[in-house]
Amino acid sequence: MAGLGFEETELRLGLPGGNDAEEATRSSGKRAFEETIDLKLKLEQPAPERDEDEEAAAADVIPAAANSLSSPAASVATGGGSMKRSPSQSSVVTAELPDPEKPRAPKAQAVGWPPVRSFRKNILSVQSTQKGAGAGVAALVKVSMDGAPYLRKVGLRMYGSYHDLSKALEKMFSSFTIAGSCGSQGMKDMNETKLADLLSGSEYVPTYEDKDGDWMLVGDVPWEMFVESCKRLRIMKGSEAVGLGHTEGDGKMQEQMLRNAYLHASGISCNDTALLFYVS
Amino acid sequence: MTYFPEEVVEHIFSFLPSHSDRNTVSLVCKVWYEIERLSRRSVFVGNCYAVRPEQVVRRFPNVRALTVKGKPHFADFNLVPPDWGGYAGPWIEAAARSCVGLEELRMKRMVVSDESLELLARSFPRFKALVLISCEGFSTEGLADIASHCNVNLNLNCFGACLVDSRTLPQLRHLRELDLQENDVEDRGPRWLSSFPDSCTSLVSLNFACIKGEVDSASLERLVAKSPNLRSLRLNRAVSVDTLSKILLRTPNLEDLGTGNLTEEFQTESYLRLTNALEKCKMLRSLSGFWDASPACVPFIYPLCHQLTGLNLSYTPTLEYSDLTKMISRCVKLQRLWVLDCISDKGLQVVASSCKDLQELRVFPSDFYVAGYSAVTEEGLVAISSGCRKLTSLLYFCHQMTNEALLTIAKNCPNFIRFRLCILEPRKPDATTNQPLDEGFGAIVRECKGLRRLSISGLLTDKVFMYIGKYAKQLEMLSIAFAGDSDEGMMHIMNGCKNLRKLEIRDSPFGDGALLGNVAKYETMRSLWMSSCNVTLKGCEILASKMPMLNVEIMNELDGSCEMEENSVDPSRVEKLYVYRTTAGARDDAPNFVKIL
Repeated sequence: MAGLGFEETELRLGLPGGNDAEEATRSSGKRAFEETIDLKLKLEQPAPERDEDEEAAAADVIPAAANSLSSPAASVATGGGSMKRSPSQSSVVTAELPDPEKPRAPKAQAVGWPPVRSFRKNILSVQSTQKGAGAGVAALVKVSMDGAPYLRKVGLRMYGSYHDLSKALEKMFSSFTIAGSCGSQGMKDMNETKLADLLSGSEYVPTYEDKDGDWMLVGDVPWEMFVESCKRLRIMKGSEAVGLGHTEGDGKMQEQMLRNAYLHASGISCNDTALLFYVS
Repeated sequence: MTYFPEEVVEHIFSFLPSHSDRNTVSLVCKVWYEIERLSRRSVFVGNCYAVRPEQVVRRFPNVRALTVKGKPHFADFNLVPPDWGGYAGPWIEAAARSCVGLEELRMKRMVVSDESLELLARSFPRFKALVLISCEGFSTEGLADIASHCNVNLNLNCFGACLVDSRTLPQLRHLRELDLQENDVEDRGPRWLSSFPDSCTSLVSLNFACIKGEVDSASLERLVAKSPNLRSLRLNRAVSVDTLSKILLRTPNLEDLGTGNLTEEFQTESYLRLTNALEKCKMLRSLSGFWDASPACVPFIYPLCHQLTGLNLSYTPTLEYSDLTKMISRCVKLQRLWVLDCISDKGLQVVASSCKDLQELRVFPSDFYVAGYSAVTEEGLVAISSGCRKLTSLLYFCHQMTNEALLTIAKNCPNFIRFRLCILEPRKPDATTNQPLDEGFGAIVRECKGLRRLSISGLLTDKVFMYIGKYAKQLEMLSIAFAGDSDEGMMHIMNGCKNLRKLEIRDSPFGDGALLGNVAKYETMRSLWMSSCNVTLKGCEILASKMPMLNVEIMNELDGSCEMEENSVDPSRVEKLYVYRTTAGARDDAPNFVKIL
């Protein structure tokens, strides 16, 4: 019973060395199969420490699976205690010196692997960059509106200004808003109106996700800059957009919202939140 | 058969469906040889370097349809260096001299120059069909020549990486089929479609899915309007929903459709028009394209789903599990399905319960990094196997597999003809037991007695090859990567697989012992490819000297980007080896980096 070491199931992130190494190696499935290979082939593992260095690297390297490409290749293909680079490693694009001291960086992809034709690879990579960046040739971005059953997509480059965009969005989503249009003054004006009517809850606030993943209020930056950085649009219900006031140098919606919610509850006004943010 | 007039014998031969049957009868006696060769209409050359073009055209002067294949399969994955070879020129020149009745030419993985296309255009008055799959080396000029000289119905299929200038493509007068598939097309503007002459009303198939740029919608609509025989139409990404709807109203006989993009600004009326138009296409059986498809477009395809037998969604990472399954669950007659792994295991379960007639499934990866993520695992495949018992052809990319799953799959689907499993991480073991996957693949070859093509992956020892050699008696093509322990592995294959035609191996520890273990075998095979294995120059030289009827090609690239200094110190190791039987002797068009022993 005493032997039921909880150490076995304990998750650890220690650097290998001594006992820790044994625990780490046993709990890592990947390591286990390396041992299987070695045992099966009765190959002389050149330097066990070398593999432990790999574990060290693996701990802070995300594609740890890449390591399995390196060491089994060495043990299987070389067939002997030598440190000679195995042939099967040669097809890897960025090969490495088998230096026991040097922690291994993640292995790059093998040439021509996985066996997918270039045409297909190109298609998917083009589509993913278009998904990722907001700016493509057409700068197509998704537009969601809270409460609408489906999303739309707009090509931002089709419009010359916030005003044009707001008109287009108005048309698109007019069927969904009870009140009708989102406002006819354009985005910039919309902000101010919404700020004033924060508690009304029936008006909508246009927001967008920028390249950094932050949610911003539409209208703050010049139009061209907006088109370059906008990844997607979201038309939020006014009641949800609490805290997206125009504070200097701070665009993080989540933080603001949380902070605001707390502060509101404590009876502190929005304008003071900026002060508090910098103070704390 | 003592004395039959030649015409009678010839007539009897015309019932022989396959090339190999005709080859066999030609060996019976001299009379039959003569009758057969003069009446042969269709010739298939699996390796362009296996025989001299002159020999072929001399023996079969009346051939109407010629098929020639060039580079080895691994060229698809950039393993064959550029300029390796596979030139179409000698073939076209030889045919131009001796086979003026040629009507159809099909080429795969070959280099086709403009001069060759021009010669082709001038030389064959009855020419009807040009099919180029994964070819390269030509441009618009060549195609324009084809267009201007060919007076008769013309099939033009181009697949793969060839430089096709979309502008001059189409001066094709009596075109029947223009099929550009998976091309790297250099786009020079949208005017090419309008170049189709008014007299061109014979179009049966038009596929320009790979052309990247804009097309002129009005021209497209006009072209379709005057093509009453159109059966297959595959559009490119630039074609809008509106244009598609308008086109579909004119193509009631359409059987195969590749959509344009389905992502644009969502106007409900557009999509309703699309549904109405689709509903008119009662013959529509096959659907592909779905470029940039937004989930919102999916419901508009529903009315079509029940009649579909083929569906290709593999270019659409924007559709996720729920969108895909909503569509596929309605496709109860589906026989062929190509998807991305976004479909996930859950989605594959839906496929399994909805598509009982499924025969071919391909699941492609959406993330190519070996350490990446995939939503499909062995569970999805097990579900498919238990629901789709008619499955015969599989290509499956995933990140993990287990022996138990493979055993179940083998029991459920013993009718596999093609089984290609690619576990993205090389040498990955069974995900639950950490054992090699020998037993799993062993079960596949044991149960699937009709297996003709197999690709294996994951952690594999020599044992899997023992199984393959023992059980895979119908196997014709085997692809091996990062597998095996020793020469014994490859020996099992060489000695056991009686029907093996193509063997391609990469990054596996097979050396000279395996290469030389059964040299007579190479005479019965089309080719052997080995790259990043343990063969040495000495071994290859021995092979070449023992087997003079083989070409033993060695490729050692001196490309600094992928070789380390250490490697170049060891000159005896052969990086890439390509061995094939031939009656033509060493080829004279080999580049510097290819050495023929």
